[in-house]
Amino acid sequence: MTRYAMTIDLNRCIGCYNCQIACKDEHVGNDFPPIAVSQPTFGHFWMGIEERERKLSPSHIRVVYIPRLCQHCGEAACIRAARNGAVYRRPDGIVIIDPEKAVGQKHLVEACPNGAIFWNEAKNLPQKCTFCAHLLDDGWKEPRCVQTCPTGCLHFGDLDDPESDIARFRREQQPEPLRPDLQNKPSVLYAGLPKPHVSGTVVYGDRDELAAGVSLTLTGPSATLTARTDAFGDFAFDDVAPGKYSLHCSAAGYAPFTRTFDMTGDILYLGEILLQPAG
Amino acid sequence: MAYSTKDEQRFVNCTLSGPVEVYVRDGRIVRVLPLRYGKDDAEPWSIEARGHTFTRPNKASIACWVQGAKQYVYSKDRLLTPLKRVDFDPYGKRNPEKRGISGYEPISWDEALDITVREIVRIKEQHGPSAIAVTGSSHDSWGNIGYRMSALDRFWNLVGCTWIDHDPESWEGSYWGAIHAWGFHWRLGQAPAYDLLHDTFHHTEMIVFWGSDPSTTSGDYAWNETDNWRFHMKKLGIKFVFIDPFCNFTAVIGGDTWIAPRPGTDCALALAIAFTWITEGTYDREYVKNRTYGFEKWKAYVLGEEDGVPKTPRWAEEICGVKARVIVALAREWAARRTTLAAGGRFGMGHPGRAAYGHEWSRMMILLLAMQGLGKPGVNAYSTTGGAPADWSFFFPGYADGGISGGSSGPRELGPRGFPDRPVSSSIRQRANRAAFPECVMNPPVTYRGIYGYYGQSAQQQFQLLTFPFEGYSTIKMVYRQGASYIGTMMQTNRWVRMYRHPSIEFYVNQTIFNEPEARLADIVFPVCTNFERYDIGEWDGISGYSRHMGPTNARVIVLQQKCIEPLGQSKSDYQIFTLLAERLGIKKEFTEGRDEMQWIKRMYEVSDLPKAISWEDFRRKGYYIVPVPKDYKPKPAFRWFYEDRPRDTPDWGPGIVDRPINDGRGLSTPTGKIEFEAQTLVRFDPNDPERPPVPHYIPSFEGIHSKDLLQKYPLQLISPHPRCTFHSQNDGKSMWNEEIPHHRRLKNGYRYWVVRMNRADAEARGIADGDIVKIFNDRGAVLAITTVTERIIPGVVHSYSSGGGYDPMGEPGRPTTVDRGGTINQLTSARFLSKNCAGMAPGSCLVQVEKWTEEGK
Repeated sequence: MTRYAMTIDLNRCIGCYNCQIACKDEHVGNDFPPIAVSQPTFGHFWMGIEERERKLSPSHIRVVYIPRLCQHCGEAACIRAARNGAVYRRPDGIVIIDPEKAVGQKHLVEACPNGAIFWNEAKNLPQKCTFCAHLLDDGWKEPRCVQTCPTGCLHFGDLDDPESDIARFRREQQPEPLRPDLQNKPSVLYAGLPKPHVSGTVVYGDRDELAAGVSLTLTGPSATLTARTDAFGDFAFDDVAPGKYSLHCSAAGYAPFTRTFDMTGDILYLGEILLQPAG
Repeated sequence: MAYSTKDEQRFVNCTLSGPVEVYVRDGRIVRVLPLRYGKDDAEPWSIEARGHTFTRPNKASIACWVQGAKQYVYSKDRLLTPLKRVDFDPYGKRNPEKRGISGYEPISWDEALDITVREIVRIKEQHGPSAIAVTGSSHDSWGNIGYRMSALDRFWNLVGCTWIDHDPESWEGSYWGAIHAWGFHWRLGQAPAYDLLHDTFHHTEMIVFWGSDPSTTSGDYAWNETDNWRFHMKKLGIKFVFIDPFCNFTAVIGGDTWIAPRPGTDCALALAIAFTWITEGTYDREYVKNRTYGFEKWKAYVLGEEDGVPKTPRWAEEICGVKARVIVALAREWAARRTTLAAGGRFGMGHPGRAAYGHEWSRMMILLLAMQGLGKPGVNAYSTTGGAPADWSFFFPGYADGGISGGSSGPRELGPRGFPDRPVSSSIRQRANRAAFPECVMNPPVTYRGIYGYYGQSAQQQFQLLTFPFEGYSTIKMVYRQGASYIGTMMQTNRWVRMYRHPSIEFYVNQTIFNEPEARLADIVFPVCTNFERYDIGEWDGISGYSRHMGPTNARVIVLQQKCIEPLGQSKSDYQIFTLLAERLGIKKEFTEGRDEMQWIKRMYEVSDLPKAISWEDFRRKGYYIVPVPKDYKPKPAFRWFYEDRPRDTPDWGPGIVDRPINDGRGLSTPTGKIEFEAQTLVRFDPNDPERPPVPHYIPSFEGIHSKDLLQKYPLQLISPHPRCTFHSQNDGKSMWNEEIPHHRRLKNGYRYWVVRMNRADAEARGIADGDIVKIFNDRGAVLAITTVTERIIPGVVHSYSSGGGYDPMGEPGRPTTVDRGGTINQLTSARFLSKNCAGMAPGSCLVQVEKWTEEGK
């Protein structure tokens, strides 16, 4: 059996938007019955990018680009909501909106918890990503978004083939669903989703100098993490679960420093930690 | 019958941002893909270093607007017939003041060509050919035959005209500065990156990206080709430091730290780094002693012995806003690690060099490198663009080799191979500096120093004083523009609009693909087809000329650009349009040499090295050839020869014999043959120029943080670097899919507004929220934009990409008070040159105010 799926490596996404545009290139002006009919020239994002700008500290800003598309769920809300069998899952796992049977079923747009279904006003039709099933059926190995991706952050293939790129990638990276709360068995998983982040800057208080190479220990509810400051005195801990923490820092000739804090949100910058000479 | 792509025709073409496969059904483009390389193509090269192997991808990476090329072809903004402005009467009232206001009517090709030819003849009779000013657009449709330096040059060099000279606008600082520090005048101040990918993978520990966003600008035409290199560098543990007031697109995915000086203060930061190295003794004394000249004078300036002001980190902090302790940490880490400097998106480009006294920044970047031993393994001038393994001995010309014109900049190898039969070059000495062209038209005489063409014959050519019009030549009566609208890239864009509407321009022709700003100011418009609707030949990123061997692509891909569909409407190729004009002027034979486009293509194939590698039949059928990298490829990194004081072993074509006292292959082209802390060319030219002294100085910007009075009115600094989602003004404002990228334009109330980025503090102080429409303005112009509130830009600075292509005046075109809804940011930038002796643009020095636009929706 073939079981198509996608895994998106967010650590390699540069936000070029070629995936979003390749989707339009394939689906604007082209009908591929019975898989899909053409999408409007503008306004549909069967593949689109969500951006999260994360200011981790004054000298660290990350933008996480999250490609968003139909998750081709194993338990798809759209299939349940559709009348007349207008949405169905193919044996290879691809969820298809039948462009004839789905005419007029605008409620499908709301039915998708991922916002992946778009309304085509002119055609009176809900539409979404097809994994370019018309191309896969024609012998292509991948949808257009994957083909155009310059950095290889979109992994696509057959999960039932243990040698496939995607099967290997899933074994190595343990990707996660974008919305684990939905428990809808998505075929699309993500590696590198942003995690709660703690950081700070260590300064030698007596000489106004950034403290490079200083060791830090973070003791929390479930584990103890360690870090070292970089050349700019900056340190960071990634994937810090909520809870009470104790940060300990020591440098030769300086008094040990301890600070406790509650990690509640997504990003915590502890600011400057001023080390004072011992004694 | 099931759908199959096998029922479609497949073509190969090349664009200005990558080679593509084009699928066509029933004469219509179905899809456009980045070219996939096949099993019978050259084997991918690999670099093994530090226990990891990098192998080049086996497909092309293209830009977003090339991925959207189908929409480019079928945009509603295509010109499909020749047009005449309704109130332009070549026999009666021409109404030049109606340009930009009046509408157009379709006319036949015969009528459009007849009017144009009659005007050319009339103006030549009355004023001589120098009254006709001609220029094309850089980076227009790809292909060596159709490009401006080919067909446009050949036609107009035969007819005669005053060329409007482009200059190295993208690397002004290097041209006016770096040349005097390290030479490379034959590359207009930029140094090549030979094998620096290899060197970086092997030896570099840290890269300082200074005004450099390679994921955005990617060193010219390669676009996303280099991102995988940087991911690999991160894997190897190389640290990335970014110095930029904007936490740019490379920084937000790969940055290890972000240092944000105020615009225009980079030199203060550079001086404090040098101060730290000198006072802590952490520079390469041996190298400075043997490979450089004039260090003592630089040292005296840095330490304050020259002017009583030591350039301490504290001194710099006051100016640039970067904490002294951060400067010290950066200087120490830089000196302690094998550090490569990426100054600009291709070394020497970047917004700090396109600002007041940008030549000083450009020189200081080189001097910092010299203090750490430029050319030492892992220590180089490299922006992580270019420098991949490549066989440069395989000859295929780039667009700057002149195509069918035979005129050429740079190495001039096409002519000696017999292409074309008879080269043509301009016999009219008068030329106009593009940056000053509006003044040349509206208010001659105009005097400026320097630019006489895109010239790289010597470091001294830029010193020449010129006055327009040249002695005995005419002022400008007619303008002929070919290629995409570029006024959005020109400082104080309104000057250009006023110029086009000026009565001294009796006739103005625009030859272009789209109904775009400069076409909407013309008297006659010729509709041009895209490169998908005609044949051509070209190498991806094949520039040659001054940029020879700098290509940042993973592979040399030479493409026979196959015609995929018939020209839309009545549009024609540039070559065909010039052929039709030439026929009417009686110079068809001289222009065409009896060749049609395919015959020129075949001739170019023949004079290149392609016949050694692939037959004409195979090349024509397959559509491309990839130049293999030899199996025994031996990297010869840039500057290693100089560092080791031995004869140059890179395939550069300079320094020339004339540049060196003896032809022993050693030394740079500077007068001393060394990197010059004190520039001897400037000592000879004008040692007392306070704006470009022999030793580079920090000179407060003429429009920046020290402009106390102007800051009262216009308190925000505007930076406008090269854009991310377009190629300059091309591919903007043409109803394309890149306009749905929120970094480019954002949709509000049915209009796609240009984006301005603003810090939360500045936005809140003005009652502006994300998504609000704002007016950005100063005395030069007023532009509407949509606000993106972001922490990525420091307070006091706004960021908006330069070179929009959607000029859309809400009132009389060209007036400074007329609000441009289209987001032409260069309305706001100053036409003042870099410095008094340097006639280059300085958009980075610009003060504005921003306010919420309240009339929206009325």
